[in-house]
Amino acid sequence: METYSILREFADSWMLLFLFCFFIGIAFWAFRPGSTKIYEDTANIPFRHEDKPACDEDCDDSSDAIIKEAWK
Amino acid sequence: MWDYIKLVILGVFALFCAIAASYARDFAYQVHAIILMLVSAGLFLWTLRGIDEPKPVIPTGYMDGPIRAGVIATAFWGVVGFLAGTFIAFQLAFPALNFEWAQGYANFGRLRPLHTSAVIFAFGGNALIASSLYIVQRTSAARLWGGNAAWFVFWGYNLFIVLAATGYLLGATQSKEYAEPEWYVDLWLTIVWVVYLGVFLGTIMNRKEKHIYVANWFLLSFIVTVAMLHVINNLSVPVSIFGSRSVQLFAGVQDAMVQWWYGHNAVGFFLTAGFLGMMYYFVPKQAERPVYSYKLSIIHFWALIFLYIWAGPHHLHYTALPDWASTLGMVFSIILWMPSWGGMINGLMTLSGAWDKLRTDPIIRMMVVSIGFYGMSTFEGPMMSIRAVNSLSHYTDWTIGHVHSGALGWNGMITFGALYFLVPRLWNRERLYSLSLVNWHFWLATIGIVLYAAAMWVTGIMEGLMWREVDANGFLVNSFADTVAAKFPMYVVRGLGGILYLAGSVIMCYNLWMTIRRAPAKQEAPSMVPAE
Repeated sequence: METYSILREFADSWMLLFLFCFFIGIAFWAFRPGSTKIYEDTANIPFRHEDKPACDEDCDDSSDAIIKEAWK
Repeated sequence: MWDYIKLVILGVFALFCAIAASYARDFAYQVHAIILMLVSAGLFLWTLRGIDEPKPVIPTGYMDGPIRAGVIATAFWGVVGFLAGTFIAFQLAFPALNFEWAQGYANFGRLRPLHTSAVIFAFGGNALIASSLYIVQRTSAARLWGGNAAWFVFWGYNLFIVLAATGYLLGATQSKEYAEPEWYVDLWLTIVWVVYLGVFLGTIMNRKEKHIYVANWFLLSFIVTVAMLHVINNLSVPVSIFGSRSVQLFAGVQDAMVQWWYGHNAVGFFLTAGFLGMMYYFVPKQAERPVYSYKLSIIHFWALIFLYIWAGPHHLHYTALPDWASTLGMVFSIILWMPSWGGMINGLMTLSGAWDKLRTDPIIRMMVVSIGFYGMSTFEGPMMSIRAVNSLSHYTDWTIGHVHSGALGWNGMITFGALYFLVPRLWNRERLYSLSLVNWHFWLATIGIVLYAAAMWVTGIMEGLMWREVDANGFLVNSFADTVAAKFPMYVVRGLGGILYLAGSVIMCYNLWMTIRRAPAKQEAPSMVPAE
């Protein structure tokens, strides 16, 4: 079979099925149990480090913690 | 060591450009060779002067220099692009504006790609690069990766724009809509874009937050997809290394299909996914509340990127493209309604509980109108992709109206909102110079868009109906020139809309300039105050 036909057959069978299942999987995954709590935290990322990067482990990160508290 | 390698590369390249300028086979190539020679020779001298100097200590905070430069470039190119657009709008209404003395340089055909590239790639592209570098740092809580690579991205991208713009005026074009630059300009953009991807990805990998915020997903998909589209659509063989002409790798209907696969995804990933990344950061920040539904944003992202990539063939209804392919494009365009409106709802509902801000904050009003236009043009687009509607709308000004309600309304307004958000923060100012000037900008821009879109709907549908009108014997009633004459009043209204929009952007530039010069500096905030 020529390359076009092979690719075409693959694209509209297995690849299509894979993409479809992947997408449905994502949709279910987004609604998995416990996701609401995680996403609440993720959705607040923009409000945490406006002025400077997060500290590495060895420095005092208390001001970040306060900001996090304020946005609970 | 790196400095010496840089010197060698710059020196050899400057020499090559000098040779290329003298062997140049066409004028545009010669001008470009001279520009590149001057740039690389200047950089050579600059590197030479700094060689063996002690290197400054690498600062640890956020890297905002390239973002400041990007904000200035966005405002500058915006005015240039809007000015070019307004001028060519009047050229269509009053052909005498195609001046005899400027024939071959400043007539409509030469200025039109200058306008489209200036607004999409110069204004929109600089806005995307600047805001993506801002967003990725704040949401990763990490400094930009790669040191001065971000500066390379900024200057490299703007050099690309200068090469593209001068090329159009001098006639170097490969005649692909929104991908007009010739082969060497495309190669340069590829290098810049790969570095951009590296800076963005490197920062994400260094992130201190566990999760990658949704805005970064959109921005990353924009960078990756644009790289893929750009490389494949620009596959061509140069006629000579000393000339700007090239021959496309694809031919015939394959070329058309690749072009509109590129063209529509330039809309989908450059003007939609990238700007959605801006929306998912700036709207929550300005509204001071997190995005309405993070789950919806995840589904929005995956649905958008899974569907958009297939929509291109709807540009090729009733052509040599097989029917199944254009039907496929049409079906996917219609399914795109879902994620588009999901995203619009997510953006608008972020304001739920804070709708009162619409009264007091013209910046949030700008963002809301922008999301409204996003919803409107993503409703209009799928409708126009239906084959029966397309038979009326295609080749008419309806398409131009659709593009502009998306570009002026969605991309323009969200960018203005982002600029008003960024400037006080980047220059450490307490507030903008004047909110009432923002208000003026808002109304001028909104009325400008309404005039523009309404004029194009009327003239587009009228034109489409006139073209297909036949008399009792089956003969066409109107000649093409009849439709041109009938469109004149709407063309004038469209130009007026452009003037209003341009005036708004000039007011914005004044306001931003005065913010940097005059607005009070930000006081050192006590640590208890959360991000504003």
